[in-house]
Amino acid sequence: MKLNRSQMVWRAAQDIGDGWLVNLGIGLPVAVADHIPQGLDVFFHSENGVVGVGPLATGNRADTDLVDAGSRTITLRSGASIVDSAWSFAMIRGGHIDVTVLGAFEVAENGDLANWDMKIPHKGPLVGGAMDLAAAAKAVWIVMEHNTRSGGPRIVKQCTLPLTAQRCVKRIYTDLAVMEIGPAGVIVHEIVDGLSREELQKRSGAQLDFAPGCKVLTTPALADVEA
Amino acid sequence: MPINKRVGSAQEALGDVPDGATVMISGFGGAGFPNTLIRALRDRAPKDMTLIVNSATHRLSFTHELIEAGLVRKVVCSAARGRDKGLSPFEQLWKDGKIELVCLPQGTLAEAIRAGGAGIPAFFTPVGVGTDLTKGKEVRVFGGREYVLEEALSADLAIIRADTADRYGNLTFRYAQANFGPAMATAATLAVAEVRAIEDEPVPHDRVQLPGIYVDRVIVAPEIKP
Repeated sequence: MKLNRSQMVWRAAQDIGDGWLVNLGIGLPVAVADHIPQGLDVFFHSENGVVGVGPLATGNRADTDLVDAGSRTITLRSGASIVDSAWSFAMIRGGHIDVTVLGAFEVAENGDLANWDMKIPHKGPLVGGAMDLAAAAKAVWIVMEHNTRSGGPRIVKQCTLPLTAQRCVKRIYTDLAVMEIGPAGVIVHEIVDGLSREELQKRSGAQLDFAPGCKVLTTPALADVEA
Repeated sequence: MPINKRVGSAQEALGDVPDGATVMISGFGGAGFPNTLIRALRDRAPKDMTLIVNSATHRLSFTHELIEAGLVRKVVCSAARGRDKGLSPFEQLWKDGKIELVCLPQGTLAEAIRAGGAGIPAFFTPVGVGTDLTKGKEVRVFGGREYVLEEALSADLAIIRADTADRYGNLTFRYAQANFGPAMATAATLAVAEVRAIEDEPVPHDRVQLPGIYVDRVIVAPEIKP
């Protein structure tokens, strides 16, 4: 019933549109690139200025100057370009990114996002481009486990951790459901087989509404990615 | 006198950096760290520096050595997280109140530097509204949306990494090496670049990524990647 991490990013990838400019967050979201449906022509943006990130480069193809924001050696796709940081973030703030797919600690029912500060005492802050992407991409989608390791909800009435941006999240893809955030709150569009609506609600900290066409969340069998 | 921005060594290029200097350091995502110049700055050892740098703790940058050497009073950055579970030297200094830290969203940092070199003293951005990083900052509504006022950043010195230069200081960058470098050079009184090679012929105009008018000194240094 519940999806593994590859299946979660696969599901998010199915909603990417043809011709979009897409920014993928460090960690699990970058794996969305591995599951873009055939026939779509998509450009991936990285905060360090790469417009048109291609597959990872390994071995003697790796060039330490050709990297993404996560310091991974990459290749460029056909038609790629590279700009400097000021331009790269002007691209983000200017609303030129069609969607950013990010991880999250918490998402509130009004779309508030907390994904940058776990409040670990005395550990230095690390915000990077998270606030820029969350505040200014045309759409913010979240890929995350539905619950914390201790079983607590990540979808909540109000975030308890420091906010990344207010009212920014449009969609959430978890291991249990696909949800949208609208003016009225969280609406479930797909739910995994074998999980009741009541159980999904119990695992969530905010009121869920179910779309009239709410259907079973199905994905192909995929090997899990490393955490 | 014909312009020639080439300087013989990193020591010479940074020989006049005073105590209390505000210093911008390029590099992000593993590319564009001016590690030869950072080491020369550490050896020059000006005290009470303010660093403006994307990450104070990136594993491929020697920036942390300036902090560990006790030369830094304040850091303006978007990332200062130590990689280990315990506290990094930076985090320990911060905890003990020996170093001041200003954390900005990365795009706000980039734009503040760009503005600093472009004659814009401050700007309104939608990024960070309603978050801990903009507490106490002025917020105004434009077109029904809230924006926060952020001030420009400028510096006494920028040290950056580029690929090639010519005697005029025109620079080219490889792949993602540019990142913060061009904006930082525009926002600093003194801009010093370390490059792989200085060409005898001028860089063709359509290949110049940072005009030499922004660059004061250039040294040749093989790139150090820890």
